[in-house]
Amino acid sequence: MPEITRDEVAHLADLARIDLDAAELDHLAPQLSVILESVASISEVASDDVPPTSHPLPLTNVFREDVAQPCLTAEQALAMAPEVDQQRFSVPRILGDEQ
Amino acid sequence: MSTAAEVTLVDFDDVLASYDPAMGLEVHVELNTVTKMFCGCPTEFGAEPNTQVCPTCLGLPGAMPVVNAKAVESAIRIGLALNCEIAEWCRFARKNYFYPDMPKNFQTSQYDEPIAFEGFMDVDIPLEGGGTETFRVEIERAHMEEDTGKSLHVGGATGRIHGADHSLVDYNRAGIPLIEIVTKPIMGSREKAPAIAKAYVAQLRELIVALGVSDARMDQGSIRADVNLSLAPKDQGGLGTRSETKNVNSLRSVERAVRYEMQRHAGILDAGGSILQETRHWHEDTGITTSGREKSDAEDYRYFPEPDLVPVAPSREWVEELRATMPENPTVKKARLQAEWGFTDLEMRDTVGAGAFGLVEETIAAGATPQSARKWWLSDMARRANESGTDIADLGVSPAQVAEVQALVDAKTINDKLARQVFDGLIAGEGTPEEIIAARGLAVVSDDGALGAAVDVAIAANPDVADKIRDGKVAAAGALIGAVMKEMKGQADAARVRELILERLA
Repeated sequence: MPEITRDEVAHLADLARIDLDAAELDHLAPQLSVILESVASISEVASDDVPPTSHPLPLTNVFREDVAQPCLTAEQALAMAPEVDQQRFSVPRILGDEQ
Repeated sequence: MSTAAEVTLVDFDDVLASYDPAMGLEVHVELNTVTKMFCGCPTEFGAEPNTQVCPTCLGLPGAMPVVNAKAVESAIRIGLALNCEIAEWCRFARKNYFYPDMPKNFQTSQYDEPIAFEGFMDVDIPLEGGGTETFRVEIERAHMEEDTGKSLHVGGATGRIHGADHSLVDYNRAGIPLIEIVTKPIMGSREKAPAIAKAYVAQLRELIVALGVSDARMDQGSIRADVNLSLAPKDQGGLGTRSETKNVNSLRSVERAVRYEMQRHAGILDAGGSILQETRHWHEDTGITTSGREKSDAEDYRYFPEPDLVPVAPSREWVEELRATMPENPTVKKARLQAEWGFTDLEMRDTVGAGAFGLVEETIAAGATPQSARKWWLSDMARRANESGTDIADLGVSPAQVAEVQALVDAKTINDKLARQVFDGLIAGEGTPEEIIAARGLAVVSDDGALGAAVDVAIAANPDVADKIRDGKVAAAGALIGAVMKEMKGQADAARVRELILERLA
């Protein structure tokens, strides 16, 4: 039976950039466990010869020709940006590579 | 953040006395498709920021990706050229991470089902004293993914990332198809590790050029290499903790980065320390690596199959069709071209040894004669590369430009001496050959008026030479031609000068 611990929920919240305090973790961790258990009941029905399904329809190779389509204008693209500078999306400084 | 001052580098020979290196190379190849991997936005380099974007590559809600057929074809062709198996069925996966260079908050990649896997490349390593040795590099996988946006960090004192106030993101590059090619750990390379790394990337680049699937410009980032390196105690097998050096964007840097990391790791291990598994950044200017972000839970990517894209299942017929488009085996090809170009064994060996084989080939394909292509790359360019400590492919002169300059020499617009100044201009980024000739005033003078006047001056200044020529000693004309060339600052058409001298002294 899968179980999700309070520590794992805290870790996931951190990865998802969601700030949860101790009370919220106490509240949410057991709820997530219940959801996982509910989903896990499916594996009780599915036998070993049923592979996990990532795509419900038996489709493969849905491709597009390599032909250019119209883009948004820079104005349209940047319309929803919280801040714009030099025709670019301005975001809080980020660590890592300059590239 | 470690700095150069804290690093103890162990002498390269001493590293080998105590340790065995293991390398893993990850090369990202940006495909030259017309459109992006999952949307119809164009991929052209150098467009105005955020003008090649759409709801899909901006990650807007509801946008649906569709796979570019040409990118899949290129991925399969790269896989086949690397002697890989091609998956009968594979999926894309989401690599989840929060970073503004990917507006979707995940990168669409492939995880445990790459399109190509289990291949190899036989790499030729130049031996001291001529000749080459073959080393087999095993390929783990080649998978399809998408490039990220470009970020610019502003506000900091240095313009670099540390101390930057904010970052500016341009998503034109986000979504451009990438093929990531990953080697298995390369063991047993010993002292040849740096040379093998360089030769592998160089040969991979040649292969990519032959396939025609990428611009293959390391200076523009269309081929990017990451170098994973670890040391293990000598002769005991096993793998040590690795560092992963990013930003290695020239062939020469690949070699230098491997050497540097070997020396740095040994310094830490000799002092009883342990290697931190981390990302490091390569600095082209100083030739060192510095610590980037640590590999930590921030790199818990939680891959899962991409639900918005159906699996890719290349039919065996398609794979065989593409196999028929493979460029010929490199060894067979070298022998064929040597015969075609009329190169001697020595000329061929020098060409390959200088890393100029592909460059000469491309120059000839662009219209130059084999001997002129060889002349420019092996004399002029090889000397420049040597003097500046740059790899010959990274000089900033393209094969097409060498062919163009040679065509201008053939048309007598310039001569060889002026051609060298055109190459100076190309390396300095002064524009096209034609523009450089105009801006620097390099065109050869073949106008009889100007030449005639200079010839008259030379004859008057050298009466004894003139007498010899009048007496039939035509060989003496060389001295007068030299005087005219000097007077004309090398910009005279030497053949025409000779004719004018002989006409006047007949």
